[in-house]
Amino acid sequence: MNGTTAEPVPVAPTLGTGVWLHAVVAEVDPASLVGIAGIAGTPVRAVAGAGLVAVVADVPLTEYGEEALRRNLEDLGWLERAARAHHAVVDALARTVAVVPARLATVHRDDDRVVRALAERHDALADTLARLTGREEWGVKGYVVPGATPRVEEPAGGGGAGAAYLRRRRAQLTAREEGQRIAADAAATVHAALAGHAVAARRHPPQDRRLSGAATAMVLNGAYLVERTRVDAFAALAGELAERHPELRFELTGPWPPYSFVAEPAAEPAWE
Amino acid sequence: MSQASTPPVVQNSGQVLPAGNEPANLGDILERVLDRGIVIAGDIRVSLLDIELLTLKLRLVIASVDTARQIGIDWWEHDPWLSSRARPPVEPGPRDPEEVEASRRPRVAARAARRDRDERYDR
Repeated sequence: MNGTTAEPVPVAPTLGTGVWLHAVVAEVDPASLVGIAGIAGTPVRAVAGAGLVAVVADVPLTEYGEEALRRNLEDLGWLERAARAHHAVVDALARTVAVVPARLATVHRDDDRVVRALAERHDALADTLARLTGREEWGVKGYVVPGATPRVEEPAGGGGAGAAYLRRRRAQLTAREEGQRIAADAAATVHAALAGHAVAARRHPPQDRRLSGAATAMVLNGAYLVERTRVDAFAALAGELAERHPELRFELTGPWPPYSFVAEPAAEPAWE
Repeated sequence: MSQASTPPVVQNSGQVLPAGNEPANLGDILERVLDRGIVIAGDIRVSLLDIELLTLKLRLVIASVDTARQIGIDWWEHDPWLSSRARPPVEPGPRDPEEVEASRRPRVAARAARRDRDERYDR
């Protein structure tokens, strides 16, 4: 089904198959793709073009066409399965080569369209891959530790029960603000220290508690691009920082494919 | 304290847990595959931004925004996605996150309805 026009042709949502983009790599040994299942369970394939390789999987449009995707993405169960399956492919690739992960739900009509996308974005993709070679992403999350911040003493004073209540309430709010300020300061300090040992660093908005599964608020959700050869030192630093900052509880996660470091290269601080 | 090849999950109590084989947290995966990763225009256009990043975006990020802003963290305010489409109204005072989300639901629904209507009028 090669298109004969230059403009994208709308795809009939219920017919045929589409091509789901998992990631772009500079090159890949086809043997290393054997056994990696794509988003829909079928094996992934390599589509070469413009000196790059897209790792893709064929998908039925009945499930991955525009209408179906729109519906399925609203289904948290489907979304979780898709997110995990997509991530599994990207993660498997990232263990052997530098990868540029595709955002979830990037679907082309056929291989020709994938090649065209590779050609159009060639320079940016090639630059990004070069930057990411030999580096991996690590995540550090920091959570508030309840009771780790200083208590404000109950103020003394005259007046009736109402006045006492108000004083107590004000003291509670002050203590809470103080605790939040201390947690935020610690998060900023820790992030700066970790960023100093990384090639690049990003702070993402903290995750909601229902997603993080944590009992207390997240105040640091950092991502750090680290040289593979310096991962041990980075982890050791994270351990030291955790000891130095008992007001926060930390989690170190990784290695991740460099999801946080492929977009907006212009805004990237201090690439070496 | 760090092992040679498997960096530990660092916990503050001095506990160090091996991270090696634990499945990654769903929240960590979702924020990465939905919010990050390179955007290449596909033929099938399901912009994740068009889906009110559904309930998900709300759960993932928005419910945290009020909390974070109270703490004075607002570095993502310049994020075009968050600031143009999803910025919640600024309201004073500490609030319970559950309550925040509950109060936002009708607003989100209203926003979606408004957008639908605008789109119809645009045609």
